[in-house]
Amino acid sequence: MSNEATLHANVDVMVPHEIHHGEHHEIHHHHESFISKYVFSQDHKMIGKQFLITGMFWAVLGGLMSVLFRLQLGYPDSTFPWLEDLIGKWGKGGHISAEAYYALVTTHGTVLVFFVLTAGLSGTFANLLIPLQVGARDMASPFMNMLSYWFFFMASVVMLSSIFVETGPFSGGWTAYPPLSALGSASPGSKTGMDLWIIAMALFVVSSLLGGLNYIVTILNMRTKGMSMTRLPLTIWALFFTAVLGVLSFPVLLSGFILLIFDRNFGTSFYLSDIYVNGVGALPNEGGSAILFQHLFWFLGHPEVYIILLPAMGMVSEILATNARKPIFGYMAMVGSLFAIAILAFLVWAHHMFVTGLNPFLGSIFVLLTLLIAVPSAIKVFNWITTLWRGNIRFTPAMLFAIGFVSLFISGGLTGIWLGNSALDIHLHDTYFVIAHFHIVMGVASMFGMFAGIYHWFPKMYGKYLNNNLGYIHFWLTMIGAYLIFWPMHYEGLAGMPRRYYDYSAWESFKQFVELNRFISTVAMIVFAVQLLFLFNFFYSIFKGRKLTTQNPWGSNTLEWTTPINPGHGNWVGEIPEVYRWAYDYGKDGKDFIPQTTPVGADESTDH
Amino acid sequence: MTTTTATTPAKYWNGGKSPFNVEYGKLMMWYFLMSDAFTFGAFLISYGTTRFATTGWPNANEVFSSYPFKPEGSSPAPLIFVSIMTFILIISSVTMVLAVHAGHNMDKKGVVKYLILTILGGLAFLGCQAWEWTHLFHEGAWWGRNPFPNSDGTISTTNFTNFFFTITGFHGFHVFSGVVINVVMLIMALFNKFEQRGHYLMIEKAGLYWHFVDLVWVFVFTCFYLI
Repeated sequence: MSNEATLHANVDVMVPHEIHHGEHHEIHHHHESFISKYVFSQDHKMIGKQFLITGMFWAVLGGLMSVLFRLQLGYPDSTFPWLEDLIGKWGKGGHISAEAYYALVTTHGTVLVFFVLTAGLSGTFANLLIPLQVGARDMASPFMNMLSYWFFFMASVVMLSSIFVETGPFSGGWTAYPPLSALGSASPGSKTGMDLWIIAMALFVVSSLLGGLNYIVTILNMRTKGMSMTRLPLTIWALFFTAVLGVLSFPVLLSGFILLIFDRNFGTSFYLSDIYVNGVGALPNEGGSAILFQHLFWFLGHPEVYIILLPAMGMVSEILATNARKPIFGYMAMVGSLFAIAILAFLVWAHHMFVTGLNPFLGSIFVLLTLLIAVPSAIKVFNWITTLWRGNIRFTPAMLFAIGFVSLFISGGLTGIWLGNSALDIHLHDTYFVIAHFHIVMGVASMFGMFAGIYHWFPKMYGKYLNNNLGYIHFWLTMIGAYLIFWPMHYEGLAGMPRRYYDYSAWESFKQFVELNRFISTVAMIVFAVQLLFLFNFFYSIFKGRKLTTQNPWGSNTLEWTTPINPGHGNWVGEIPEVYRWAYDYGKDGKDFIPQTTPVGADESTDH
Repeated sequence: MTTTTATTPAKYWNGGKSPFNVEYGKLMMWYFLMSDAFTFGAFLISYGTTRFATTGWPNANEVFSSYPFKPEGSSPAPLIFVSIMTFILIISSVTMVLAVHAGHNMDKKGVVKYLILTILGGLAFLGCQAWEWTHLFHEGAWWGRNPFPNSDGTISTTNFTNFFFTITGFHGFHVFSGVVINVVMLIMALFNKFEQRGHYLMIEKAGLYWHFVDLVWVFVFTCFYLI
């Protein structure tokens, strides 16, 4: 195709598209029915809210599961008769059964990693923020965007239904290693529960692909005039790399799942060899390797960690700069370190497999690559801290959660350096040290990023403020609670206490931790209750919250605050604004902030 | 892509227009193909590592040595049939290029003609694959069953057939999807949809997908029949 023809075709396509969004939607805005506005919505803002509220549903359920299994870990000798009322045969005699315990742990992990911190986090904020911050009427393909949510919804329904089948949900751990996941005879949860788990996850992969393609293409193609890549807010850069990671790593998981489905249902032996099942006997399967699944799983599994973390990093960068009233320190270094993390994410997966039978020589290479991640991570941490330094800080709840994120990322990141060493991993693998590490650095830190995002962009989502005092209580109790829960686990792990055990009372060496475990469980319950406070704040404020009176409540530079308080489908009334500068002109030339839409003055320096 | 960005003036990245000078659907297709390449890559690497870790593997020249209506007792014809299949698929890629080219020239007749030829090529490939699968099934091969011994005469694991049916099946599914897409394109072309839009860009996107499926077959073919 000649270049001229490309240009010609391009004009033909782009222009009607623009007109379509610009005029068509505003004319027909009032004709939206309930179904097209709230259910099968193609408005990115509504889809973002759908992702958020579905994610919140799963967060409550997944959090409740952790409370239930912490009950077993903290109070192994007590009985709770109400448990039998709640979960029936799984809580016979007021005691969580071993099967139920493993099912709860597995579902908690799957749900929190994929449904809450992937769909709930990047699903929400990529949808909400990408078109608003790059200056687009909507996503490149609003229809695919809608499908992305509904595939996630279907995945949710299937996953939820697995909790109610007779043999229980899958119970072999969220990593679904074969043979537990491949053989129905291996455990009750490996039967129907696993079938539903894998269907739900396959639907989730489709949802993630549809969403991710849209995010990438919207960011590349739909930026408004003047919004060069280096003027993008860091949220957008982070969401861009998140989407690239998802688009390139989820398909590998899908391949792994397809092979797993064949192993489960069609008599193949991709992952199976030399297996004897109690009560069934020796299996004929030969020639496969369980390690193969681990490679395929962790090729997704490790990038997945960054799929969870990067959006939080992006939002934290944005919120820190806005509320410190200072430009983000080292913008290009921030972008570069995001890029470095995205590349390294694909090169470190085998550090999850140091002791599963991986060649030790290969392990040493993965140690090197893993420890390299410390470099971009440290760059980011130092840049966040230097952004805060001598800032005129406004301690909004969003800002507190953003600072909390930095704290947690440092605390959890440092233990990552321990775990990245294959020699230390011989002692630390599969202990509570690992639990402590990834919950702090990935789980709680990303939750903090998500909370920061919700508190900061709630006014954009609903045109109301969240209650600040409830926000402060929520922050401080969650912050203190998170450290009280996970800090002691480091000691337990160093002492060799293994994860995923149902009952430790048979081991003399772990008796010293009985009271510590009880303490952790108690704090976990309190922290869970505090989240209900946040939920109340969220839903109460949607209806009864203090109304916004200004378009730009935080004095922020980015484009989303140039839209009306309650933007309709299409975001801007009239023309999309043009961008003249980067997003971080805070405290410049004696001005508190200069929005991206302000043309550069004659006497101004123009670095960005 | 690197060359594009290098030669494109910097203003292409300044917003308000597509930096690669393509509409969003085409960009999306490229990213989707990258994603799909990782799916196939994972499959083929899984196959490679499993085969590498297994002592002995059946000889493709002995397994794939028949063709339809082959006279009883005639000498084996290693890889003849699959070569014809491959040839058909590659030719269908050529006709797809011609359809895309006709689209650029707004030549509806050409588009229709070459799309029909591409669809026929795809169907012929799928037909060949169906015959080959049926033939292997009658020889006793299926998921979990492998009648073919290793090339040194020892008993083979079932992973030869497991991987063969899974990966060629997954590829066949892609060809099938491609045929469906091309049929949709054909119907749209016949109903003058593209004439009304003033361009045949959809054909181009379908073409990208079709060439990708073709390219993947080259790798699948190499891995299962040649190596």
